Amino acid sequence: MRLRSIAGSALTVAVLGIGTRPVLAESMPAPDQGKLTATGGVSQVEGAGGGGLTPWALISGYGSRDSYGGNLHYTYLETQDYSLGTYGIAVGFFDRVEVSFANQEFKGTDKALNGVKIKQDIVGLKVKVAGDAVYDQDSLMPQIAVGAQYKRNTGISGLEGLGVHKTTDLGAKDNQGTDYYISATKLFLAQRLLANGTVRFTKANQFGLLGFGGDKKDSYQAKFEGSLAFLVTRQIAVGAEYRAKPRNLSIDEEKNAYDLFVAWFPTKNVSLTAAYVDLGDIVKPFNRTKQTGPYLSLQVGF
Amino acid sequence: MNITKLIITSTFAALFSLSVGMARADDADFKDFGGKEGMTKIVDDFMVNVLADPRIKDKFAKTNIPGLKHMLTEQFCELTGGPCKYPGRDMKTAHAGMGVNNAMFDALAEDLQIAMEKAGVPQSAQFRLVAKLAPMQHDIVTK
Repeated sequence: MRLRSIAGSALTVAVLGIGTRPVLAESMPAPDQGKLTATGGVSQVEGAGGGGLTPWALISGYGSRDSYGGNLHYTYLETQDYSLGTYGIAVGFFDRVEVSFANQEFKGTDKALNGVKIKQDIVGLKVKVAGDAVYDQDSLMPQIAVGAQYKRNTGISGLEGLGVHKTTDLGAKDNQGTDYYISATKLFLAQRLLANGTVRFTKANQFGLLGFGGDKKDSYQAKFEGSLAFLVTRQIAVGAEYRAKPRNLSIDEEKNAYDLFVAWFPTKNVSLTAAYVDLGDIVKPFNRTKQTGPYLSLQVGF
Repeated sequence: MNITKLIITSTFAALFSLSVGMARADDADFKDFGGKEGMTKIVDDFMVNVLADPRIKDKFAKTNIPGLKHMLTEQFCELTGGPCKYPGRDMKTAHAGMGVNNAMFDALAEDLQIAMEKAGVPQSAQFRLVAKLAPMQHDIVTK
């Protein structure tokens, strides 16, 4: 009912707005920032609302079920031999649907792969299908969402000498792919805990940075991701995450990823996440070191 | 087991023990709020926040504020394990026809959190009260 009336008025606004932009701008309701602090999560590494490594069932931003909201983010992580910079935007509508876009740039910063760059674009869609992580404190029912992340690897530079221009030159079967996931997130307010479990159906190698599918395997696999956070206050959460990953390429004995994080929400317009990540080995034949390091993410929202 | 895994496993364990805490007396939260006197002050402060909050203050224009404060104090006292019995109507009846939307419900919760923080109520007691109030959203938010 509510959704329909909002959709109806949005349609009216759109119709009235043809050729008269100011009408649209004036009729567009301001974002209400109605949700409680931290209940939109932060921006995970692929741009969806979640923790650092994994998407949560929470809808990004602070728009209530009657409104919308969103945020921009920049995330930078650095390990012994690599760095990953991600920027993106996520917008939540009616606390129900989340649309996100992210751009990732992965760089070799030391040793054999110094100077190598890989870029990837990610478009995400998430829909809350059941439950409410915050209000259902009288039951064990979590908030459940389903989502998809379409990833397009736009190429590799710096390895031209080896004849490598794209991920398929490294053994991947495709330069683009889509991950599908289902997430369940529950806030146990009385215990001050947030728990999330996600199952991702994926062919992505190293998040898609090394393409999709490979010489060893080229089929969708279900991989588990988990997050557990403790609410120090309503504005500070500390926690840990785990993300299992496929092993499709013989050139890369891919490892699962872990992180420890602290997220701070000083206002509803800003959040800051600091973490320590362990990505394991990344193309071990080139770099034998296990890749670990700091992760910093800034989110600015409306 | 490598170091990172060990750190993460122990973090999970620490988080669990922090959150589960030790066994507490039934009225421990009520005492954390400072008993009846502390609760009355927190509700006073809560209502100061509410009546200054542009998101919701208009909803209280015709409200009997002293009466509402009494109801809230008794309700919070009971919910935190204190020796009180909330004398008012159930949440659904009390809010029927008020047209409370979700953003208003959360604004009210925030104003309470600010009052509890100002009073220095321990975090665990704050979260336990909010956990008891949160499901009331189902009955209170009708718009």
